[in-house]
Amino acid sequence: MTKQEWPLWEIFIRGAHGLSHRHVGSLHAPDAEMAIKNARDVYTRRKEGVSIWAVESSAIVASSPEDKGHLYDPADDKVYRHPTFFDIPDDVGAM
Amino acid sequence: MYAQMVKSTGQGVKSLDEMDPQERAFQERINAGDKIEPKDWMPAGYRKTLIRQIGQHAHSEIVGQLPEGNWITRAPTLERKAILLAKVQDEAGHGLYLYCAAETLGVTRDELTEMLLDGRMKYSSIFNYPTLTWADMGAVGWLVDGAAIMNQVPLQRTSYGPYARAMVRICKEESFHQRQGFDIMMKMANGTTAQKRMAQDALNRFWGPSLMMFGPSDGDSVHSAQSMAWKIKMNGNDELRQLFVDQTAPQAEYLGLTIPDETLNWNDEKGGYDFAQPDWDEFFDVLKGNGPEAANRMEARNKAWDDGAWVRDGMMAHADKKRAAKLAAE
Ligand SMILES: [Fe+2]
Ligand SMILES: [Fe+2]
Ligand SMILES: [Fe+2]
Repeated sequence: MTKQEWPLWEIFIRGAHGLSHRHVGSLHAPDAEMAIKNARDVYTRRKEGVSIWAVESSAIVASSPEDKGHLYDPADDKVYRHPTFFDIPDDVGAM
Repeated sequence: MYAQMVKSTGQGVKSLDEMDPQERAFQERINAGDKIEPKDWMPAGYRKTLIRQIGQHAHSEIVGQLPEGNWITRAPTLERKAILLAKVQDEAGHGLYLYCAAETLGVTRDELTEMLLDGRMKYSSIFNYPTLTWADMGAVGWLVDGAAIMNQVPLQRTSYGPYARAMVRICKEESFHQRQGFDIMMKMANGTTAQKRMAQDALNRFWGPSLMMFGPSDGDSVHSAQSMAWKIKMNGNDELRQLFVDQTAPQAEYLGLTIPDETLNWNDEKGGYDFAQPDWDEFFDVLKGNGPEAANRMEARNKAWDDGAWVRDGMMAHADKKRAAKLAAE
């Protein structure tokens, strides 16, 4: 009987040079070193990555789903942040 | 399928009007094609059914390594050995993707493993059959992975985000599995008389059990209806079984092999094959734990878990020690 379950790690992978790391899933490992090794076996068997990050799941702070509305509200009434808000005459050329 | 006869709430599907506002909002999100994510509110029944289904699916991937693992040391060439090893390793990966998805619902991987080992959770009936010859490696890839694909492709659109994403990964890898199986079948079917006989024998033994993978007709199962309303089951069992037969029959013909069903016949009117139902008594018997290899499978899983305990504990102790030393040095 195992006494203590290996901690859970979230795995992020850079798919190719120049791209950001992206969350691909999680896995269990006793420590960070093994998390990276396991991530190589579980998530990059077909050269899906050039770099791996492992973060202990318990270290991740997430916004909560209830925030969905008000956390992002402030963006609702600021359409002028988008370039399409402004009408630039065709005569001006590309801008 | 890899998850067969998963029970849901056992109560009929509620209409939107019968739901309280929270549940109704949830169902409306699902109807609109929204994905449900781990921290979102969800009905207890949805969570429970998903844990059962994803858990059973994960266990099937893990136990499913055993019938093929049986042939790794006896593959006919080094290349076939390497391919089979890679295929079986993928199945371990599939199990892990799915355990991760289940864990987001509040169950741990060790809990899931223990439920498999003490028989509280099931795995697919198909893996309780023996793999007697090398041709069986062909039949398993072609038929078993082929049947799994039928069910897994639509599950990429399932309502639970982590499950859907796991299915996307899995589907990317499955087509290699099916093709390597068909490749073995082609070799055997075009080989010596003895090889061809082995190929036919493998098809004979795996045909019925492959049809059983989809589970019995849904009929008016309240479990299926609820799972479909929640979009954790995307198609009816008979519908997928028909698709599988329609896809597989011409492939068997291409191989020059005969599907062991005298009633198999193209039906122009319905645009699909007529075929005989597998032996459902056998299916229920296997599901009860009486499959020919059931005892061996569970013994192998229990042995791996027990024999590995000292490694899991040792590595954890080592990690704890390193962490403590690092802390002391700071
Ligand atoms: Fe798989
Ligand atoms: Fe499989
Ligand atoms: Fe597979």
